[in-house]
Amino acid sequence: MKLISTCVAVLAFAAQALAQDLAVRAELVHTVSGEPLRNGVVIVRAGKIAAVGAQSNTPIPAGLRVLEAKVVTPGLVDAHSVVGLAGYLNQAQDQDQLDPSAPIQPELRAIDAYNARERLIVWLREHGVTTVHTGHAPGALISGQTMVVKTRGETVEEAVIVPFAMLAATLGADSRASGDKSPGTAGKQAAMLREALIGAREYQRKLAAAGDDAAKRPERDLRKEALVALLERRVPLLVTAQRHQDIASALRLAKEFELRIVLDGAAEAYEMLEPIKAAGFPVILHPPLARFAGELENASRATPVALRDAGILFAFQSGYEEYVPKTRVVLFEAAIAAAHGLGPQGALKAVTLDAARILGLEQRLGSLDVGKDGDLALFDGDPFEYASHCIGAVIEGVVVSEAVR
Amino acid sequence: MRRLSLALFLAAAPSALAAAQSETLAFVGGRLLPVSGAPLDDGVLVVRDGKILAVGARSDISVPAGARVFDVSGKQLMPGLVDTHSHVGGGWGADSSAPIQPDVRMLDAINCRDSGLQRAQAGGITTLNIMSGSGHLMSGQTLYVKNRDANTVEALCYRFADGEPMGGMKMANGTNSQRPPPFPETRGKSAALVREAFVAALEYRRKVQAAGDDATKLPPRDLGHEALLELVDGKRIVHHHTHRHDDIATVLRLSKEFGFRVVLHHVSEAYKVADLIVAANAPCSLIVIDTPGGKLEASEFDARSAAELERLGAPQLVGFHTDDWITDSRVFLRSAALAVRAGVSRETALAGLTLNAARMLDLGERVGSLEVGKDADFIVLSGDPLSVYTRVEQTWVDGAKVFDLSDPKDRRWADGGWGAGMPRMLATCCLGDEEDPK
Repeated sequence: MKLISTCVAVLAFAAQALAQDLAVRAELVHTVSGEPLRNGVVIVRAGKIAAVGAQSNTPIPAGLRVLEAKVVTPGLVDAHSVVGLAGYLNQAQDQDQLDPSAPIQPELRAIDAYNARERLIVWLREHGVTTVHTGHAPGALISGQTMVVKTRGETVEEAVIVPFAMLAATLGADSRASGDKSPGTAGKQAAMLREALIGAREYQRKLAAAGDDAAKRPERDLRKEALVALLERRVPLLVTAQRHQDIASALRLAKEFELRIVLDGAAEAYEMLEPIKAAGFPVILHPPLARFAGELENASRATPVALRDAGILFAFQSGYEEYVPKTRVVLFEAAIAAAHGLGPQGALKAVTLDAARILGLEQRLGSLDVGKDGDLALFDGDPFEYASHCIGAVIEGVVVSEAVR
Repeated sequence: MRRLSLALFLAAAPSALAAAQSETLAFVGGRLLPVSGAPLDDGVLVVRDGKILAVGARSDISVPAGARVFDVSGKQLMPGLVDTHSHVGGGWGADSSAPIQPDVRMLDAINCRDSGLQRAQAGGITTLNIMSGSGHLMSGQTLYVKNRDANTVEALCYRFADGEPMGGMKMANGTNSQRPPPFPETRGKSAALVREAFVAALEYRRKVQAAGDDATKLPPRDLGHEALLELVDGKRIVHHHTHRHDDIATVLRLSKEFGFRVVLHHVSEAYKVADLIVAANAPCSLIVIDTPGGKLEASEFDARSAAELERLGAPQLVGFHTDDWITDSRVFLRSAALAVRAGVSRETALAGLTLNAARMLDLGERVGSLEVGKDADFIVLSGDPLSVYTRVEQTWVDGAKVFDLSDPKDRRWADGGWGAGMPRMLATCCLGDEEDPK
């Protein structure tokens, strides 16, 4: 189905409509925060959702561009990716997601490494993804910072909405160094992380002691500064840990340093439901289509249901792929979960509102509620069906994709 | 169904199996998708001795007396899926010593207990073409596998008419096989090395023929040349990794020069040269990936290749594969469904998973459709095969059930979970143990 643009207004009124104003009429409107609406309409004004309701009692202001779709959902939120740092060609010049020179580099900012014009970002946008949490990849003990972007713009400045979202850490085999380099074992991984955090705590103490006295301040240390953000709970530690014992290590570390953490990957989370629930941390689960091999050999497609039933907040991610496909697509991942017991409503929530919650952006994103960003995904059928298409994407009232994918 | 129960009674097993297969089974009331013909609602499929005895509408087929009847109303039945390109089985063929190794056989490399074979059963795959990777111009002989529960690779493989294990030959061009010497570093060199290998094999044949009955004049036996001559003679089909439009053209050029039969594999840019492919009548075993890129030669991938071949009047050239581990055997139906999303018809999509694919392995007379006399390889689906919400509920091979989603042990192969990645345990390890190994 083509994205149909209907000019409701006569030309005289057209000038009243702003660039970030539009309306979408759909047979089914998934608000996510409430029950789906039949024959509904979503009205966006000045980039924000101004009204959501039945077509019968929600008048569309004159002059608005009107889009038509079978189904409209909130713009999808990809809870964890590396797109923009990682490019689709997979050649050295477009792979900036992981610097191998040191195991702990929290000072690496995602905003300095993001290619807003990367084709993978266009690809995600064409599949309804309007927000991506992206940044430094799993694969080092602390690989760097992450950020949150909208899938728009030609520069990172136009795209970014949270410049420093989390610090990316990895436990387990995937961040072990080879040969005689550290960390070579799980024990060494934990020891190195604890040492780094203790060093940052000392730095934090010296800064506090110096107060306004510049002469007493310690030398500025970018690495420790980033870790202090963690200790001050301004950002969470995003811990990629697939095995149950590595998940346990992450929980232990969080307790010792009173950190906020977000568990990532978590292939064996179904073995750790009680401690995860007790700690109160959310999970950004591995893509259900990820290869069930290596650290994921015990992964299960029943995990989303297990997390839901345990009352653990979770979301899906496109993840990090070293080869083909260079990125996964959360629309496809949620679809697989929907078909493995989670159901379409539950799956949609995990790539919209619950993903926004994990990113701390639920006031702004993830559901079709008045006042939230006008981010929408348009479909010509059930969004998760193989043969359906995403036919449009809107970010803050601006149509950013009219591709049929 | 696990092989555990089978091995439980080692001595009795063969006769027990034979008994199960000689029983007449009738699957009644489901929607049949024979692929060779139009779908039938309220159909009957009758199976005996591992073969399809009857198939048709309930009004046309009478269930034989004494048959074990399975009510499959609400379900859909279709032929077992044929995966024309898979790497399950944990085997490696050629090593890094040379770019062309036609003597190496996948037969000698497969671990028949690899969990990948179970996952393939869970995905409804009953026939596989298992091959080595694409890091060589020629990485060895592939093996056509019937995905039954078996304890040796011999019990898994299809056989040529002469009784030899059946398979094709894996070849590749493009970037994967370009490596430091002795491998080629350019496309021109890649083609030259392949041509030299075929020329050498033909020279070998000339010497063998010249020797006639005089054994003293025979050249030393050369396994590689022998395998290459099987390509020239059409006994073995070349399964050729190729992505870019110009690489596809090169494969067709070499196929014409040396007369080998070829199935094009992956063919990311088939949509660009579909006219060339149709003119050469070259079957395409297509990969369907979620996102273009990941390597240079897949950067222009587009799922519309199947639709483009169909548009040019050649739906019979459309096939699919998992390339497992590139895509997951458990969701093989998805590959065809995504091709439908990109414009191909449902009919061609389903044929590409079954009958077209079987023909790409010279197995079209034996499997790939629900027809009388064909092997009783079929799957029972909870609904439309091209819907994301549909599950493969049962997989049957040669009239024996090898996968049942309602069995918790089998379900683990479908959904994953603790221990699902481990190779199948030795049959004697868990006698009588109904618990999942932890």
